[in-house]
Amino acid sequence: MSILVIAEHDNATLKAATLNTVAAAQAIGGDIDLLVAGANCAAAAEQAAKVSGVTRVLVADNAAYAHQLAENLALLVTELGSGYSHILAPSTTNGKNVLPRVAAKLDVAQISDIISVESADTFKRPIYAGNAIATVQSSDAIKVITVRTTGFDPVTEEGSATIEALASVHDAGTSAFVKEELAVSDRPELTAAKVIISGGRGMGNGDNFALLEKVADKLGAAVGASRAAVDAGFVPNDMQVGQTGKIVAPDLYIAVGISGAIQHLAGMKDSKFIVAINKDEEAPIFQVADYGLVADLFDAVPELESKI
Amino acid sequence: MKVLVAVKRVIDYNVKARVKSDQTGVDLANVKMAMNPFCEIAVEEAVRLKEKGAADEIVVVSIGPKAAQEQIRTALALGADRGLHIETEVELESLAVAKLLAKVVAAEQPGLVLLGKQAIDTDNNQTGQMLAALTDLPQGTFASVVNVEDGKLAVTREIDGGLQTLSLTLPAIVTTDLRLNEPRYASLPNIMKAKRKPLDSKTPADYDVDTAPRLKVLKVESPAVRKAGVIVASVDELVEKLKNEAKVI
Repeated sequence: MSILVIAEHDNATLKAATLNTVAAAQAIGGDIDLLVAGANCAAAAEQAAKVSGVTRVLVADNAAYAHQLAENLALLVTELGSGYSHILAPSTTNGKNVLPRVAAKLDVAQISDIISVESADTFKRPIYAGNAIATVQSSDAIKVITVRTTGFDPVTEEGSATIEALASVHDAGTSAFVKEELAVSDRPELTAAKVIISGGRGMGNGDNFALLEKVADKLGAAVGASRAAVDAGFVPNDMQVGQTGKIVAPDLYIAVGISGAIQHLAGMKDSKFIVAINKDEEAPIFQVADYGLVADLFDAVPELESKI
Repeated sequence: MKVLVAVKRVIDYNVKARVKSDQTGVDLANVKMAMNPFCEIAVEEAVRLKEKGAADEIVVVSIGPKAAQEQIRTALALGADRGLHIETEVELESLAVAKLLAKVVAAEQPGLVLLGKQAIDTDNNQTGQMLAALTDLPQGTFASVVNVEDGKLAVTREIDGGLQTLSLTLPAIVTTDLRLNEPRYASLPNIMKAKRKPLDSKTPADYDVDTAPRLKVLKVESPAVRKAGVIVASVDELVEKLKNEAKVI
């Protein structure tokens, strides 16, 4: 068996999600190649070569792949993919954008968001917002899979893969990058943080998230939000944790003013420890919390900050 | 410009799915069903494009059981002009759905296709991208802003780090994210009017595509249940437990 993993990167650095995805590939077993497609992405490729368990790093360095446009990248992966038994990408917005396009081009099904590998053709994945876990078996010759990163512990970066440049350039000419507005923060990324403190509708407004940020800075934590808080315009979309936002599983998840809708729980219930702070003792979040504190968040959060 | 919107009938988003005791699937008997929330957003966006004059006809298509006609009628009540139901009692995989939709795109020649980014039952997040691949059209997934400008489509997408804006040639495939719009409710007169709008009915066999499943569901089980923990009395007790019991701070 041979497995192609699509690396998650921003040309300059390799993203941690790649390490979890390679771990899933190792669970399947076989030779693992890592594809770094980008523009001026030599630095990311160097880092990719250090990922443990990888045989070859394939580098497609061309302006056509600068922003990982699905139309161009899918053509490249489809061309490469026919030589592999499995094609894997992390369940990031990039992976979710590109991989179904590859699967359709190869005329195979995609298995989305796997959380475990049962065998080379059988996988577990959550459905219905994580309220059910399906075990699915693929009969396709090439298995195209996105990997829920929280399901697999990352591999280390002690490898020494060979780096091979790919010459082929695909430019579909139908899509163009216009601009990006990326959140800039000194705090860890949500999907990589060991501690997360999230706010919900109970925060009242965006300014009040400063209360959470103070705690986050003391704990080295990332700040997240429920869909309600994002929809209300308190904070931007990239902070959303939930079924359709980011799926996280930190060591500690502190839910503040979050009621605990099914869709939010789907994104965080695999956290090691969950703390809920809510003034409504009936809030469903308390049913999944290891430690619940029934209190007004505007009293409890500053007190928490002062005592940690 | 003609806009094609694909909608799916799914479990209502407020209902908690329960796994059948024989582990063959999720129990949908006597469960409230509704239009997938992301599909509602797609219908709303099509209606807004028509209200702005960017679209002149909205065709809504659903692939599913007979009862999926309810969701098509809902879309017609919200402002779609005509419906197409491809009736199948078998649950089709995303690839099969995309193949059927590709045939509909070939027949209808829309300038824009709108779909929800994922259905809340299978949580696949595949159909729009697969349709874009099969039709060789550009895709704007997870859209939070859509504008038709100078014969092109400007799409702002919700990505992991923030927002990304792309310019796509038309026709294009767009999948909706939560912040694209807030869907309206259908008014009673519009619900009545929708009953007289045309609704065409077909079956997958009419389209001559391979819809055979590629995946076999071996088992569907409930996830491991998290035990509810303890209610602490004070912030002091919370900090003490986090430090000494959980050892996470």
